[in-house]
Amino acid sequence: MEKAIKKSSLKVSENGLEKPTAAGKPVSTKRLEVMKTYKIYIGGQFPRTESGRYYIPTNAAGKKLANVCLSSRKDFRDAVVAARGAVSGWSGRAAFNRSQILYRMAEMLEGRKAQFIDELIQQDATKAKAEKEVNLSIDRLIYYAGWCDKFQQLFSSVNPVASSHFNFSVPEPTGVVSIIAPQGDLPAGRQGSLLGLVSVIAPVIAGGNTCVVLASETKPLCAVTFAEVLNSSDLPGGVVNILTGKPSELASWFVDHMDVNATIYCEKDSTVQKMIREKSALNLKRISLYDKINWYSEEGQSPYFIMDTQEIKTTWHPVENIAGAGGGY
Amino acid sequence: MVKAIAKKKSNTIKLNFDTSWSYAPAPESKSAATINKQYDLFINGEWQKPLSKKYFDTINPATEEKLSEVAEAGVADVDKAVKAARNAYDKVWKKMPAKERAKYIFRIARIMQEKARELAVIETLDGGKPIKESRDFDVPTAANHLFYYAGWADKLEYAFPNRRTESLGVAGQITPWNFPLLMAAWKIAPALATGNTVVLKPAETTSLTTLKLAEIIQEADLPPGVVNIITGAGETGAAIVNHADINKIAFTGSTHVGKIIQRAIAGTNKKATLELGGKAANIIFEDAPIDQAVEGVVNAIFFNQGHVCCAGSRLYVQESVAKEVIRKLRDRMQSLIVGDPMDKNTDIGAINSKEQLHIIQKYIAIGKKEGAEMYESSCALPSKGFWCRPTIFSNVAQSNRIAQEEIFGPVLSILTFRTDDEVIEKANNSPYGLSAGVWTDKGSKIFNMTKRMRAGVVWANTFNKFDPTSPFGGYKESGFGREGGLHGLLPYLNLIN
Amino acid sequence: MVSGSLTMLSDLPDRQAGFSLSPRIDQVGVEERASRFTKRSIKKESKLNGLKLVLNMIDLTTLEGKDTAGKVKQLCYKAMHPHDSYPGLPTVAAICVYPSMVKVAKKALGDSGIKIASVATAFPGGQAPKDVKIRDTKYAVHEGADEVDMVISRGKFHAGEYNFVFDEIAAIKEACGEARLKVILETGELGTFDKVRRASDIAMHAGADFIKTSTGKIAPAATMPVTLVMLEAIRDFYYKTGRMIGMKPAGGISKSKLALHYLVMVKEVLGEDWLNNHWFRFGASSLANDVLMQIMKEKTGVYQSANYFSVD
Repeated sequence: MEKAIKKSSLKVSENGLEKPTAAGKPVSTKRLEVMKTYKIYIGGQFPRTESGRYYIPTNAAGKKLANVCLSSRKDFRDAVVAARGAVSGWSGRAAFNRSQILYRMAEMLEGRKAQFIDELIQQDATKAKAEKEVNLSIDRLIYYAGWCDKFQQLFSSVNPVASSHFNFSVPEPTGVVSIIAPQGDLPAGRQGSLLGLVSVIAPVIAGGNTCVVLASETKPLCAVTFAEVLNSSDLPGGVVNILTGKPSELASWFVDHMDVNATIYCEKDSTVQKMIREKSALNLKRISLYDKINWYSEEGQSPYFIMDTQEIKTTWHPVENIAGAGGGY
Repeated sequence: MVKAIAKKKSNTIKLNFDTSWSYAPAPESKSAATINKQYDLFINGEWQKPLSKKYFDTINPATEEKLSEVAEAGVADVDKAVKAARNAYDKVWKKMPAKERAKYIFRIARIMQEKARELAVIETLDGGKPIKESRDFDVPTAANHLFYYAGWADKLEYAFPNRRTESLGVAGQITPWNFPLLMAAWKIAPALATGNTVVLKPAETTSLTTLKLAEIIQEADLPPGVVNIITGAGETGAAIVNHADINKIAFTGSTHVGKIIQRAIAGTNKKATLELGGKAANIIFEDAPIDQAVEGVVNAIFFNQGHVCCAGSRLYVQESVAKEVIRKLRDRMQSLIVGDPMDKNTDIGAINSKEQLHIIQKYIAIGKKEGAEMYESSCALPSKGFWCRPTIFSNVAQSNRIAQEEIFGPVLSILTFRTDDEVIEKANNSPYGLSAGVWTDKGSKIFNMTKRMRAGVVWANTFNKFDPTSPFGGYKESGFGREGGLHGLLPYLNLIN
Repeated sequence: MVSGSLTMLSDLPDRQAGFSLSPRIDQVGVEERASRFTKRSIKKESKLNGLKLVLNMIDLTTLEGKDTAGKVKQLCYKAMHPHDSYPGLPTVAAICVYPSMVKVAKKALGDSGIKIASVATAFPGGQAPKDVKIRDTKYAVHEGADEVDMVISRGKFHAGEYNFVFDEIAAIKEACGEARLKVILETGELGTFDKVRRASDIAMHAGADFIKTSTGKIAPAATMPVTLVMLEAIRDFYYKTGRMIGMKPAGGISKSKLALHYLVMVKEVLGEDWLNNHWFRFGASSLANDVLMQIMKEKTGVYQSANYFSVD
């Protein structure tokens, strides 16, 4: 009771709470900003890396961006467990429902546009470029939201087999996809740490897969904030898992985990590309290399990206033929 | 007397398939087939002596007699073939109007149909499969495949919405020994239709029909170098895979070799299609049409001596009908005829090679050791050649090796289950994912099962059906890429905006 | 296993009583399986032995409104002497006639050992009251029939009155006394293989000694797939009860080659015990001559002309 009265006697100033001085006159104090802790996103939770390690990316001016989690092999393993656990639920959802959730993601991103623009500016983008990137990212989500319940119609077929069978082929998600997202810096103006991230995640989950994504090493801020968007978008936990850290450390784990079905790599590093293809032989992962894509252009979006992490399943069933072929049975 | 035999005591209830009326031998004539004493390499439209100067024997696995000898292509020969293919691609094939390309493929298909009988006889002599199967399945299906893809050549712009297509260049293709001619057709047909040229190597134990196909290609006047057929074993295959001027590798064979290929092409721009091993689950529910399911099981595991990557080698039977299904299966196995592949009545021919027979025998020994109950049909086997009776193991556990590993022979592992969820989990509990089967009369269950099974081809109330229009290929470690149908085009094309 | 020990419907467990749980049949699978039998190549001595067996399994049949004693006598002579220029040929299994012709046949066949089968139960429609059907049956047996070929009430069957169909068969079986009962399902009127299987199960449980496809008056009559479904029903029944049931495809089998395909099917589905005329019959009128022509071709190596074989 006593405390409450005291509190209510405090006055609010522009910069923060005023503190009564001995003389009774208020002294203005600058508010201490709350710094954001950039955590990783696994199974719908925001843990710190189990390794306790961090790194500090800086912008071009040398400003420290944040203490970012330096994810470990074990974080990746946990993320794969979460992603695997989410496969049946997510792939089992109605395509229309997945479409709604991707649209919801776009809505939430739109609502937090300012934050993303701000983060991009911190990471060296001009305001105009940052705005463009965020807008494109929102539109890309909407683009793929629309594809969720349409690409199957485009890439399915009813096959006119010669025997008395009904035969059809449909795409199905391959399962868990590990993604090393575009780094967002090379080559300048073609990638974008947010746009690249959204452009590789959206087609994977639109098709019903789940994924573990390694964000841009140098520009990780938007990735973590994007995880917060996901977390508030009805997207089930585990469908998208986002790690921060170094591709140089993690890339090989991303491709040799036996419970991962496909790997996407977006950089030009030919040593890594070779390593990925070699290691993919362990369990014959599907490999997509998106090192030549300009995510800002039309070629940065198409249903063919969805198909890169789809399998084609063909189903046969006999067709009874009672009246035909002279048979009366 | 009549009444006495009319009703038997339950312990004597048994059908007797050792009948007094039996089938006389009905051998197909070998005169329909011409097999040369020696085969060279088919490069640039001509038969060329191997630079390696080496030849190896190809034998009839049913008699162990030598049929012919076949050139062994070395690295220099492979290089020659790839150069011929590249030259033909750049100078002729790439520039040819698509509709003309189509007509060449149609022409090859037609000549195959004309020579169907000869091809069937040679396929059986060289590979050991029953003449009934090579005559009624392998050869006609191979010709149909070429016929199907021929028509695609000038229609590719309809296949991929909002994209143009371009061919890849030279395709290196390696085929297996279980369906030699058919697999050659599966490889060559889409490659040519999409505008690529080909260097193809058949498996070393079964080169002859592919060499006959080379003769047909020659007869069809296909421009020199568009299809080159070179023979040899693993090293020849490796030379194709590793050749720097090859743009595409298409391989059908073991998962083990598939992985080697995937590693070998790392760091290159070669596109790959791998069609590898399998351990397909075939599930029988209690409400299935049981007699047709039993026939489906026979077709699933004993077709082509079980040398089928998509063979239904893991049978899951719901407990309530397990006894009945196994009893019916045993009775059915008694009427399977094992023996001379050239006999028109033979159901199960010779095992393709001594090596493969040893692998199968090894697994049968493992199955016995693991404590599963073995049953084999009681037919007599010829004294020469490589043979294996149709064999089933019941009381198999999911953890048994015979339930997990590909045997590639006429050996079936039977497991039981109680609920839908249990069987789905067990069926998917495999690194493979090529094919699967389900038998039930209930429509909604069929769709649930076919959707949840992680396999590229799912047969519901049927098994081991193939068609040129139907895409074939695996999930998981059974490989990637599709062969057949519209979906079989993409592995041979680049899509461009 | 005659009238005294007949199982009545009420004695059966639920599964059989409803007969709605008869196994399901996949039509495409049955057709495929049936066509596989036709791929067997029957040559040389196998063909000759097979043809003789077929001849010996024939129910030589005449079931026409215009049948006379003269016609039936001629048929009986043919049954006993299929082709005298080839000594040592077997006779047919039986001749199959209307009840009114049984006595004529009995006299004509004498002690040849050839059975007399008579259709009964208001053949072929079966649309008569039960007591008329029973009298029809008793008359045929009294006249000397060794075997009775009855028709089931297809209308009742389609209406789902399986109990009626069952009880009727059981009653006819009782009326047969010592005569063996063949139950004609008239599969061409049943519509699906599922129904063929169900009707087979009903007939066998109700006391049939044979199940038979057709009257020969309705198309389609016997086909290989429908016969296969019935053979599989017989096999299941045998394993379940220990009772052997005979099979008679009838109508539509007029060529030797087709008959041999049927033999292949019997051999591979039921085996040795059914490969004789006690358990398998062909209901046919013109098959015998084609079989004889083929036998002579095998013997002489020369293709035959119908002009050299008696038409009766």
